[in-house]
Amino acid sequence: MIRSSKIMSFFSSLFVALMGVSISQPAFAQELLKIGFVYVSPIGDAGWTFQHDEGRLQMEKALAGKVETKYIESVPEGAEAERVIRQFAADGYDLIFTTSFGYMNPTLKVAKRFPKITFEHATGYKRADNVGSYNVRFYEGRYLSGIVAGKMSQSNVAGYVAAFPIPEVVMGINAFTMGMRSVNPKAETKVIWTNSWFDPGREREAADVLIAQGADVLTHHTDSTAIVQAAAEKGAWAIGYHSDMSKHGAKAHLTAVTHHWGDYYVQVANDVMEGGWKSRDVWGGIPQGMVSLAPFHDAVPQDVRDLVAKTEAAIRSGEFHPFQGPVTDQDGNVQVAAGTTISDGDLQKMGYYVEGVQGKLPK
Amino acid sequence: MSYLSPLIAVGLTLVTGLIFSILIGLNPVSAFHAFFIAPIDDLYGLGELGVKAAPLMLIAVGLAIGFRSNIWNIGAEGQLTVGAICGGGLGLYFYESESSWLLPAMIVFGAIGGMLWASIPAFLRTRFSTNEILVSLMLNYVAVLILSYLVHGPWRDPDGFNFPESRIFSDAGTLPIILAETRLHIGILLALGAVILGWVFVRKSFVGYQMQVAGMAEFAARYAGFKRNRMVWTGLLVGGGAAGVAGLCEVAGPIGQLLPSVSPGYGYAAIIVAFVGRLHPVGIMLASLLMSLLYLGGETAQMDLGLPSAITGVFQGVLLFYLLAADLFINFRLRMTQVVSVLSAKGSAS
Amino acid sequence: MTETIIGILLATLGAGTPLVYAALGELVAEKSGVLNLGVEGMMLVGAVCGFAVAADSGNLWFGVGAAIAAGAAMAALFGVLTLTFQANQVAAGLALTIFGVGLSAYIGLDYTSESLTGLQAVVIPVLSQIPIVGPLLFSLDPLLYFSFVVFAAVTWFLYRTKSGLLLRAVGESPQSAHAIGYPVIRIRYMAVLFGGAMAGLGGAYLALVYTPLWVEAMTAGRGWISLALVVFATWRPARVMVGAYLFGGVTIVQFHIQGFGVDLPSQLLSTLPYLATILVLVLISRNINTIRLNAPASLAKAYHPAA
Repeated sequence: MIRSSKIMSFFSSLFVALMGVSISQPAFAQELLKIGFVYVSPIGDAGWTFQHDEGRLQMEKALAGKVETKYIESVPEGAEAERVIRQFAADGYDLIFTTSFGYMNPTLKVAKRFPKITFEHATGYKRADNVGSYNVRFYEGRYLSGIVAGKMSQSNVAGYVAAFPIPEVVMGINAFTMGMRSVNPKAETKVIWTNSWFDPGREREAADVLIAQGADVLTHHTDSTAIVQAAAEKGAWAIGYHSDMSKHGAKAHLTAVTHHWGDYYVQVANDVMEGGWKSRDVWGGIPQGMVSLAPFHDAVPQDVRDLVAKTEAAIRSGEFHPFQGPVTDQDGNVQVAAGTTISDGDLQKMGYYVEGVQGKLPK
Repeated sequence: MSYLSPLIAVGLTLVTGLIFSILIGLNPVSAFHAFFIAPIDDLYGLGELGVKAAPLMLIAVGLAIGFRSNIWNIGAEGQLTVGAICGGGLGLYFYESESSWLLPAMIVFGAIGGMLWASIPAFLRTRFSTNEILVSLMLNYVAVLILSYLVHGPWRDPDGFNFPESRIFSDAGTLPIILAETRLHIGILLALGAVILGWVFVRKSFVGYQMQVAGMAEFAARYAGFKRNRMVWTGLLVGGGAAGVAGLCEVAGPIGQLLPSVSPGYGYAAIIVAFVGRLHPVGIMLASLLMSLLYLGGETAQMDLGLPSAITGVFQGVLLFYLLAADLFINFRLRMTQVVSVLSAKGSAS
Repeated sequence: MTETIIGILLATLGAGTPLVYAALGELVAEKSGVLNLGVEGMMLVGAVCGFAVAADSGNLWFGVGAAIAAGAAMAALFGVLTLTFQANQVAAGLALTIFGVGLSAYIGLDYTSESLTGLQAVVIPVLSQIPIVGPLLFSLDPLLYFSFVVFAAVTWFLYRTKSGLLLRAVGESPQSAHAIGYPVIRIRYMAVLFGGAMAGLGGAYLALVYTPLWVEAMTAGRGWISLALVVFATWRPARVMVGAYLFGGVTIVQFHIQGFGVDLPSQLLSTLPYLATILVLVLISRNINTIRLNAPASLAKAYHPAA
């Protein structure tokens, strides 16, 4: 009797212990969604990749406990990228963001071999069943920044330091110029091409040259903060790009056209987790919160701020499009007829300068 | 002894790497694993090893021919770019062709392009005595700018939304894959072929012999009537041609089109490969595999250990330093007496 | 119009200064018979160390000192390899560059895109009010002024002092110098260290004055151009200055051409500095005697003290 009660008490305590253990465990282990990011440059503290990483961090926070992210930075475009993207796929990542145009073909090649994995490619134009593409209507922010530039410039010359003459950059130059001339019809834009996304020395030299040639507002489509620094030193105004660059030249920094990827990343992750993801070509802008202006410099007067706010609201509601007709190019041809709005397709292949931009677009 | 020093150098580099990983708080075993094992632990990884080793091998074999006779071709990067432009340009011109002659023609054009670019320093050196190191180096920058101009402008894909890339080459203009499920293409066979050709040239041909002598004893070579000019041309053209073919293999292989940048510095890395391989074709073959592993390992280290991409360049440099230092034991026999006499000479001079 | 020209000249001075430092340093090294191809690596390590120390300590001058020390340290590494271990100078220099690029990228990881306020221009009162010459010559930053001092010092040292003569003698015929009893290796070490220190200073100029931030490989080939400049200048300091400003100027002028809206592809304009260098190299090497007369006779040849 004693032995059986000992045995009974042993088994019952074992049973209780097992029950307790199994109750404290979840019913099945929660599977985290593994998300990989491929970056083309170092994250740094400002610029294209920095903004993507901010988006990643925002998504991580919003979806804490449900996702696990990893990134790899400074991956050169071209042949090398394919190996890195494939490594993410082979390691069992469920969702992979490739954040540069040059990753487009490598992403497609890897996606073909891993049909169960979701890929999202930024700023490209090719998709597949498991590859979506996404981009931002930066030109909306550019137009607004042009308004600020037009009002603040006294010499009526703006300087634009740009990397390569691809449509995205040309769109930006045109939108900026049109924004400027909407409030200052005499203003002109001078463009210098540095042939590099990231070469602070050249960007600085280009900025100095533009200032020497009379520009008193500078902006850029390159990845460093050099022109903001140059402007601060030479007493000109600057409008940053990608990120708020005010800490690199506070007295010159009027505002910046900033990128915001976080909300989009959260949305995509949720879609994948819920199983509702579909390959789309997303081109968001101000209404989706993907581009906006950084806080204004104190010197920007209230009427300018009001005008920007008003225009922003009009873009948001769809009433206004920076490239609504008539849009005339440098040679006097009407590219967008009055009363019509440019199509996305035409935007994506933009290969002309609008009136007010000096020089010829490199062909 | 000549084969021992690269091994010593590799060993010392490994030791340095282990010490370094301990210093920054990493588990040395996992660092070693990430660098050397993980990249090649599957078939795809082995394929990638070959994909990266092929251009290094090819270029280094070509460069070594010149280096042996003191002809310093530092312009391999530019020569491979021009090779890619010429061969790739042919591929673009015939972008709709399915002919099986296209690929061989592209390879030939690639070689011609590289040789063309190398002929500039060769000409300037033989005609104007201009230093080939500096000329070939400056031309690297020029070549990359020309490529950039072409893909941004005249050779841009018309269906490519004005993005700076060329059309994708047709299947007939793409290197066939020789190992399924990997990216390993026939470029590796071309590279191995170059190793064999290089070995034959150095060991069996008279010109190869002449160049070796010229490198070791210039005046003796001149006295024997070996024509320096011919050697300069040979050295530079061989290096340029090899680099050109390697460039074409990159664009017709893993890349598949012309882009503003077609090489992650293979032209410069090949110089290290040539030295680590003791300027000998077989040594170069092994050295290129090692260098390729270093590249891949650096990437894996980034992904698995969070190490920065800069680490690869640091270790490549360290490897070369150790190699150059280890050369001391080949070139000189250290005797205590020599050290003593040097010390006493210094003592008396000051 | 005058304003634009002054602007161009000022920009040229700034663009040429890193080249002046690196090239003058390399000139001294080469005058002693050592060819150090590692200038690019030394400049980068100097730049990153200078920037890092300046950013951490808050004092730009500490950064300048750190850059000089870092450049010299890199040069010391090269010196050990080539002067003590008798390694091939070309290979060692290349290794130094590759190592320097990687090392600087590694050190600079924590400082990428951080921004400093660089050294400001020192405006000399009264003199800087003189029209034209004033803003051009009398309101420059301290390191630019110092580059003039270095130029004067190097010229005076090489051509007016006994030690300078000795250094040149070592470069022409180390065997003879050794026979007289001079410490050839030690002299070469000092020359090489000086070259490294100057390269580091050139890098510091980039990272602490010109564009006060750090970015991987920010020298963008200026080290290689400095090497070409030494040959371009036929190993004479004054010509190095001319060459440096010429080269810096071509880049600036190229941008001005773009700014004026001239219709030339910008990439092709960008090749101008490199093509110009090649052209000049050809012109001066054309006459084999020019090189023979001016290049240090023992350049790049390993020196073995006769036992």
